Amino acid sequence: MNAQARHEAATDVVELRIPAKAEWVSIARLAVSAVASRLQFSIEEIEDVKLAVAEALVHAIARGGDRVDLLCESVSDGLRIRVRNFGGPVQPEAVNVVTADEGSAASLGIFLIRALVDSVDYDTRSDGGTDLVMFKRLPS
Amino acid sequence: MPTIFATSCATRQKNREHDLDIKVNVREAKGDCSVVDLSGEIDVYTSPKLKDAVSNLIDRGVYNLVINLEKVRYIDSTGLGVLIGGLKRVREHGGSVNLVCTNPQIKKIFDITGLVMIFGIFDSEDAALKALV
Repeated sequence: MNAQARHEAATDVVELRIPAKAEWVSIARLAVSAVASRLQFSIEEIEDVKLAVAEALVHAIARGGDRVDLLCESVSDGLRIRVRNFGGPVQPEAVNVVTADEGSAASLGIFLIRALVDSVDYDTRSDGGTDLVMFKRLPS
Repeated sequence: MPTIFATSCATRQKNREHDLDIKVNVREAKGDCSVVDLSGEIDVYTSPKLKDAVSNLIDRGVYNLVINLEKVRYIDSTGLGVLIGGLKRVREHGGSVNLVCTNPQIKKIFDITGLVMIFGIFDSEDAALKALV
Protein backbone atom coordinates (compact mmCIF):
# COMPACT_ATOMS: atom_id res chain seq x y z
CA MET A 1 0.00 0.00 0.00
CA ASN A 2 1.47 3.35 -0.91
CA ALA A 3 2.09 5.80 1.91
CA GLN A 4 -0.55 8.22 0.72
CA ALA A 5 -3.31 5.62 0.62
CA ARG A 6 -2.26 4.26 3.98
CA HIS A 7 -2.01 7.51 5.91
CA GLU A 8 -4.33 9.91 4.12
CA ALA A 9 -7.04 11.25 6.39
CA ALA A 10 -10.42 9.81 5.54
CA THR A 11 -13.17 12.20 4.52
CA ASP A 12 -15.87 9.88 5.81
CA VAL A 13 -15.69 6.87 8.09
CA VAL A 14 -18.28 4.16 8.60
CA GLU A 15 -17.55 1.94 11.56
CA LEU A 16 -19.15 -1.34 12.52
CA ARG A 17 -18.39 -3.41 15.57
CA ILE A 18 -19.44 -7.06 15.50
CA PRO A 19 -19.04 -9.93 17.94
CA ALA A 20 -16.17 -12.20 16.90
CA LYS A 21 -18.63 -14.88 15.79
CA ALA A 22 -19.22 -16.41 12.37
CA GLU A 23 -22.93 -15.54 12.29
CA TRP A 24 -22.17 -11.81 12.19
CA VAL A 25 -19.87 -11.86 9.16
CA SER A 26 -22.80 -11.67 6.75
CA ILE A 27 -23.97 -8.45 8.39
CA ALA A 28 -20.54 -6.89 7.88
CA ARG A 29 -20.60 -8.02 4.25
CA LEU A 30 -23.88 -6.21 3.72
CA ALA A 31 -22.54 -3.08 5.38
CA VAL A 32 -19.36 -2.89 3.33
CA SER A 33 -21.35 -3.56 0.15
CA ALA A 34 -23.54 -0.57 0.93
CA VAL A 35 -20.52 1.65 1.57
CA ALA A 36 -18.78 0.57 -1.65
CA SER A 37 -21.99 1.14 -3.57
CA ARG A 38 -22.29 4.63 -2.06
CA LEU A 39 -18.75 5.38 -3.30
CA GLN A 40 -19.71 4.42 -6.87
CA PHE A 41 -17.73 1.21 -7.21
CA SER A 42 -19.01 -1.09 -9.95
CA ILE A 43 -21.01 -4.19 -9.10
CA GLU A 44 -18.01 -6.41 -9.76
CA GLU A 45 -15.77 -4.25 -7.57
CA ILE A 46 -18.36 -4.29 -4.81
CA GLU A 47 -18.36 -8.10 -4.93
CA ASP A 48 -14.55 -8.06 -4.72
CA VAL A 49 -14.58 -5.78 -1.69
CA LYS A 50 -17.32 -7.80 -0.04
CA LEU A 51 -15.39 -11.05 -0.34
CA ALA A 52 -12.07 -9.50 0.70
CA VAL A 53 -13.64 -8.03 3.82
CA ALA A 54 -15.39 -11.27 4.68
CA GLU A 55 -12.10 -13.14 4.37
CA ALA A 56 -10.37 -10.60 6.59
CA LEU A 57 -13.14 -10.95 9.16
CA VAL A 58 -12.86 -14.74 9.16
CA HIS A 59 -9.12 -14.34 9.64
CA ALA A 60 -9.70 -11.89 12.52
CA ILE A 61 -12.27 -14.11 14.21
CA ALA A 62 -9.82 -17.02 14.03
CA ARG A 63 -7.33 -14.93 16.02
CA GLY A 64 -9.75 -14.90 18.96
CA GLY A 65 -10.92 -11.98 21.05
CA ASP A 66 -14.50 -11.00 21.68
CA ARG A 67 -15.11 -8.52 18.89
CA VAL A 68 -13.93 -7.32 15.51
CA ASP A 69 -14.14 -3.72 14.34
CA LEU A 70 -14.62 -2.84 10.68
CA LEU A 71 -13.74 0.68 9.58
CA CYS A 72 -14.61 1.75 6.05
CA GLU A 73 -12.73 4.94 5.28
CA SER A 74 -13.42 7.02 2.21
CA VAL A 75 -10.19 8.53 0.86
CA SER A 76 -9.60 10.62 -2.23
CA ASP A 77 -9.04 7.81 -4.70
CA GLY A 78 -10.77 4.87 -3.12
CA LEU A 79 -11.87 2.93 -0.08
CA ARG A 80 -9.57 2.00 2.76
CA ILE A 81 -10.88 -0.77 4.98
CA ARG A 82 -9.46 -1.58 8.35
CA VAL A 83 -10.35 -4.87 10.05
CA ARG A 84 -9.29 -4.65 13.65
CA ASN A 85 -9.00 -7.80 15.74
CA PHE A 86 -8.58 -7.98 19.49
CA GLY A 87 -7.09 -11.45 19.69
CA GLY A 88 -3.61 -12.61 18.74
CA PRO A 89 -1.50 -11.02 16.04
CA VAL A 90 -1.97 -11.75 12.37
CA GLN A 91 0.97 -13.85 11.24
CA PRO A 92 3.03 -11.80 8.78
CA GLU A 93 4.02 -14.92 6.88
CA ALA A 94 0.33 -15.67 6.39
CA VAL A 95 -0.26 -12.21 4.93
CA ASN A 96 2.58 -12.79 2.51
CA VAL A 97 1.17 -16.02 1.14
CA VAL A 98 1.18 -15.63 -2.63
CA THR A 99 -0.11 -18.95 -3.91
CA ALA A 100 -3.32 -20.80 -3.23
CA ASP A 101 -2.77 -23.74 -0.92
CA GLU A 102 -5.19 -26.45 -1.92
CA GLY A 103 -5.43 -27.80 1.60
CA SER A 104 -5.98 -24.67 3.58
CA ALA A 105 -9.04 -22.45 3.61
CA ALA A 106 -7.12 -19.90 5.68
CA SER A 107 -4.40 -19.66 3.04
CA LEU A 108 -7.05 -19.40 0.36
CA GLY A 109 -8.64 -16.57 2.30
CA ILE A 110 -5.46 -14.52 2.44
CA PHE A 111 -4.75 -15.34 -1.18
CA LEU A 112 -8.20 -14.07 -2.15
CA ILE A 113 -7.77 -10.85 -0.19
CA ARG A 114 -4.54 -10.10 -1.99
CA ALA A 115 -6.12 -10.86 -5.35
CA LEU A 116 -9.29 -8.83 -4.86
CA VAL A 117 -8.03 -5.52 -3.46
CA ASP A 118 -5.25 -3.24 -4.66
CA SER A 119 -3.13 -3.50 -1.54
CA VAL A 120 -3.01 -5.23 1.83
CA ASP A 121 -1.01 -4.34 4.89
CA TYR A 122 -1.12 -4.89 8.60
CA ASP A 123 -0.41 -2.87 11.69
CA THR A 124 0.30 -4.48 15.04
CA ARG A 125 -1.08 -2.34 17.83
CA SER A 126 0.40 -1.89 21.28
CA ASP A 127 -2.53 -3.78 22.83
CA GLY A 128 -1.46 -6.91 20.94
CA GLY A 129 -4.27 -6.80 18.39
CA THR A 130 -3.75 -6.31 14.68
CA ASP A 131 -5.27 -4.11 12.00
CA LEU A 132 -5.50 -5.67 8.58
CA VAL A 133 -5.67 -2.70 6.21
CA MET A 134 -6.92 -3.05 2.66
CA PHE A 135 -7.25 -0.49 -0.09
CA LYS A 136 -9.49 -0.62 -3.13
CA ARG A 137 -8.92 2.06 -5.71
CA LEU A 138 -11.81 3.70 -7.49
CA PRO A 139 -11.50 3.46 -11.28
CA SER A 140 -10.19 6.75 -12.66
CA MET B 1 -46.81 -4.30 19.94
CA PRO B 2 -49.73 -4.47 17.45
CA THR B 3 -50.22 -7.94 16.03
CA ILE B 4 -49.86 -6.88 12.39
CA PHE B 5 -46.58 -5.07 13.08
CA ALA B 6 -45.26 -8.01 15.10
CA THR B 7 -46.17 -10.42 12.29
CA SER B 8 -44.56 -8.15 9.72
CA CYS B 9 -41.34 -7.99 11.77
CA ALA B 10 -41.32 -11.76 12.17
CA THR B 11 -41.80 -12.27 8.43
CA ARG B 12 -39.05 -9.81 7.59
CA GLN B 13 -36.75 -11.49 10.09
CA LYS B 14 -37.52 -14.89 8.54
CA ASN B 15 -36.88 -13.57 5.03
CA ARG B 16 -33.58 -12.01 6.05
CA GLU B 17 -32.41 -15.21 7.69
CA HIS B 18 -33.36 -17.03 4.50
CA ASP B 19 -31.46 -14.52 2.37
CA LEU B 20 -28.25 -15.04 4.28
CA ASP B 21 -28.65 -18.77 4.74
CA ILE B 22 -27.98 -21.73 2.50
CA LYS B 23 -30.36 -24.42 1.31
CA VAL B 24 -28.99 -27.87 0.62
CA ASN B 25 -30.94 -30.50 -1.31
CA VAL B 26 -29.50 -33.90 -2.15
CA ARG B 27 -30.94 -36.15 -4.85
CA GLU B 28 -29.84 -39.33 -6.57
CA ALA B 29 -28.87 -39.35 -10.22
CA LYS B 30 -28.07 -42.10 -12.68
CA GLY B 31 -24.93 -44.17 -12.36
CA ASP B 32 -24.41 -44.08 -8.59
CA CYS B 33 -24.06 -40.30 -8.66
CA SER B 34 -25.71 -37.80 -6.39
CA VAL B 35 -26.52 -34.19 -7.08
CA VAL B 36 -26.25 -31.62 -4.33
CA ASP B 37 -28.34 -28.52 -5.10
CA LEU B 38 -27.26 -25.44 -3.23
CA SER B 39 -28.89 -22.04 -3.02
CA GLY B 40 -28.03 -18.96 -1.01
CA GLU B 41 -24.70 -17.94 0.46
CA ILE B 42 -21.87 -20.29 1.47
CA ASP B 43 -19.75 -18.65 4.11
CA VAL B 44 -18.04 -19.33 7.41
CA TYR B 45 -21.40 -19.64 9.16
CA THR B 46 -23.34 -21.70 6.61
CA SER B 47 -20.59 -23.95 5.20
CA PRO B 48 -20.88 -26.54 8.03
CA LYS B 49 -24.31 -27.38 6.60
CA LEU B 50 -22.72 -28.14 3.23
CA LYS B 51 -19.92 -30.07 4.89
CA ASP B 52 -22.44 -32.27 6.71
CA ALA B 53 -24.35 -33.00 3.49
CA VAL B 54 -21.20 -33.91 1.56
CA SER B 55 -19.77 -35.97 4.43
CA ASN B 56 -23.02 -37.89 4.83
CA LEU B 57 -22.99 -38.81 1.15
CA ILE B 58 -19.37 -39.97 1.25
CA ASP B 59 -19.97 -41.92 4.45
CA ARG B 60 -22.80 -43.72 2.62
CA GLY B 61 -20.41 -44.69 -0.16
CA VAL B 62 -21.40 -42.09 -2.76
CA TYR B 63 -18.14 -41.06 -4.39
CA ASN B 64 -19.35 -39.34 -7.54
CA LEU B 65 -20.94 -36.00 -6.87
CA VAL B 66 -22.28 -33.10 -8.85
CA ILE B 67 -22.57 -29.97 -6.77
CA ASN B 68 -24.88 -27.47 -8.38
CA LEU B 69 -23.87 -23.89 -7.57
CA GLU B 70 -26.23 -22.21 -10.05
CA LYS B 71 -28.32 -20.66 -7.29
CA VAL B 72 -25.38 -19.77 -5.07
CA ARG B 73 -24.90 -16.02 -4.84
CA TYR B 74 -21.75 -16.02 -2.74
CA ILE B 75 -18.97 -18.38 -1.66
CA ASP B 76 -15.93 -17.70 0.50
CA SER B 77 -12.77 -19.64 1.33
CA THR B 78 -14.51 -21.78 3.95
CA GLY B 79 -16.99 -22.91 1.30
CA LEU B 80 -14.12 -23.60 -1.09
CA GLY B 81 -12.42 -25.53 1.71
CA VAL B 82 -15.48 -27.76 2.10
CA LEU B 83 -15.53 -28.48 -1.64
CA ILE B 84 -11.80 -29.24 -1.65
CA GLY B 85 -12.16 -31.48 1.40
CA GLY B 86 -14.98 -33.39 -0.28
CA LEU B 87 -12.98 -33.79 -3.47
CA LYS B 88 -9.99 -35.15 -1.55
CA ARG B 89 -12.16 -37.71 0.21
CA VAL B 90 -13.93 -38.99 -2.91
CA ARG B 91 -10.66 -39.19 -4.83
CA GLU B 92 -9.38 -41.61 -2.20
CA HIS B 93 -12.14 -43.92 -3.45
CA GLY B 94 -11.63 -43.24 -7.14
CA GLY B 95 -14.51 -40.78 -7.27
CA SER B 96 -14.85 -37.21 -8.40
CA VAL B 97 -16.71 -33.95 -7.79
CA ASN B 98 -18.00 -31.88 -10.69
CA LEU B 99 -19.47 -28.45 -10.22
CA VAL B 100 -22.23 -26.64 -12.08
CA CYS B 101 -21.54 -22.94 -12.08
CA THR B 102 -22.85 -20.16 -14.31
CA ASN B 103 -22.49 -17.17 -11.99
CA PRO B 104 -19.54 -15.10 -13.33
CA GLN B 105 -18.59 -13.84 -9.87
CA ILE B 106 -18.41 -17.37 -8.46
CA LYS B 107 -16.51 -18.56 -11.54
CA LYS B 108 -14.05 -15.73 -11.02
CA ILE B 109 -13.25 -17.02 -7.52
CA PHE B 110 -12.49 -20.47 -8.90
CA ASP B 111 -10.30 -18.83 -11.55
CA ILE B 112 -8.39 -16.65 -9.09
CA THR B 113 -7.66 -19.52 -6.74
CA GLY B 114 -6.69 -21.90 -9.51
CA LEU B 115 -9.42 -24.33 -8.48
CA VAL B 116 -10.59 -24.48 -12.11
CA MET B 117 -7.63 -26.80 -12.56
CA ILE B 118 -8.82 -29.13 -9.81
CA PHE B 119 -12.59 -29.29 -10.25
CA GLY B 120 -14.55 -30.04 -13.36
CA ILE B 121 -16.72 -26.96 -13.80
CA PHE B 122 -19.68 -27.12 -16.18
CA ASP B 123 -22.45 -24.85 -17.39
CA SER B 124 -25.19 -27.44 -16.97
CA GLU B 125 -26.04 -30.33 -14.72
CA ASP B 126 -26.35 -32.69 -17.69
CA ALA B 127 -22.81 -31.90 -18.80
CA ALA B 128 -21.49 -32.31 -15.26
CA LEU B 129 -23.20 -35.69 -14.89
CA LYS B 130 -22.07 -36.92 -18.30
CA ALA B 131 -18.47 -36.12 -17.40
CA LEU B 132 -18.79 -38.22 -14.25
CA VAL B 133 -20.29 -41.42 -15.62
